[in-house]
Amino acid sequence: MYAFNYHRPASVAEAVKILKASSDGRCLAGGMSLIPTMKHRLSSSSDLIDLNGIKELSYIRREGDQLVIGALARHVEIADSAEVKKSIPALAALAGGVGDPQVRNRGTFCGSLCFADPAADCPAGLVGLNGTVITDKRRIAADQFFEGLYETALEKGEIVTGVSFPIPEKAGWAKFANLASRYAIVAVMVAKTGGTARVAVTGAKASVFRVAEMEAALAKNFSAAALDGIKVSSAGMNGDLHGDPDYRANLVSVMAKRAVQAS
Amino acid sequence: MPSTKVSMKVNGRAVSAEVDTRTLLVHYIREHLKLTGTHVGCDTTQCGACTVHVNGQRIKSCTIFAVQLEGAEVTTVEGLAKGKQLHPMQAAFSEHHGLQCGYCTPGMVMSAISIAERYKGKALTEDIVRHELEGNLCRCTGYHNIVKAVMAGAKAMGG
Repeated sequence: MYAFNYHRPASVAEAVKILKASSDGRCLAGGMSLIPTMKHRLSSSSDLIDLNGIKELSYIRREGDQLVIGALARHVEIADSAEVKKSIPALAALAGGVGDPQVRNRGTFCGSLCFADPAADCPAGLVGLNGTVITDKRRIAADQFFEGLYETALEKGEIVTGVSFPIPEKAGWAKFANLASRYAIVAVMVAKTGGTARVAVTGAKASVFRVAEMEAALAKNFSAAALDGIKVSSAGMNGDLHGDPDYRANLVSVMAKRAVQAS
Repeated sequence: MPSTKVSMKVNGRAVSAEVDTRTLLVHYIREHLKLTGTHVGCDTTQCGACTVHVNGQRIKSCTIFAVQLEGAEVTTVEGLAKGKQLHPMQAAFSEHHGLQCGYCTPGMVMSAISIAERYKGKALTEDIVRHELEGNLCRCTGYHNIVKAVMAGAKAMGG
């Protein structure tokens, strides 16, 4: 592992100051994605700014018509939260299936968004549920947040403090997991709000994406049968020892139906 | 090399050291404190052989830096027995032969205790135990007796 300076600020303002003053600093929340890549020397930072001492970031609450989750809310807390189970049960299901119990005890939803791993679950949760990323200086809509493989719209020195979600009428989560890593080979979040539907897919391409044809079909008729016959192209899909592009393309249709059935 | 002073409690004992910031908790436990019961089985945060309890929660000690543990209470497998009297979960692993080569066992036992605590007063089934053990890999594939041991250990712990 490459050497780094360690900081443990007590407030967001202090964290932003340290991050901006560093040459190539990075924030550390749960560390469940970042630390493994550091161990493999796939990632290096001049400074690690440990957010775990910032108590104000550790919350899950309902604010009017939004469910708001702080940057330090762990997956286990989201999965077990009575508020999340009541407002958006599909989000509790997603959080309860991330990694494994030890990973869920440390890992955070917001940290996973910032890391933007192509096979992580949380990006599909953000995009499928049409959430909004809240940073120390602005709000970023789900559709504008992810920019590609491990790339987000976050600027240098910007810190994610939380994420908010509108409450859908219905939402469903289905994941086809790699049994060793528990990352998604393909996973889908579907949601229905009024006359619109959203379908967000993770694990299949370099970054999370929506499937317009499925969304149009589900907007008219929110049922698994409405997805019959809708195929997605395998162009640009990931291929590895777990599944080639055609296999993943087929899985998108299968998992989208299962997600609707779970809603 | 940047270093930081860190103080924590490990198995009830106050410990303090100046460590390289890169030191993972598992290496601090094994190499600084010489508590080698906690194992390193993989390099990818998957196998769970390094599982310890931090402030009562099971975590993978290979995926947290020692410097993050300032003020924390850590329990390793060495902290379970009382003298020669095994913890009920350790006794259950012995009784039900919940191990083959034994390499994954310290992490399995730490996870098993967390499972028993999480499901205390609730119905614990084999399906739940298997699901809750997803973060602990046994390369001998000896899960059958491990599951039996967890069920028996949880019962002995008053679950």
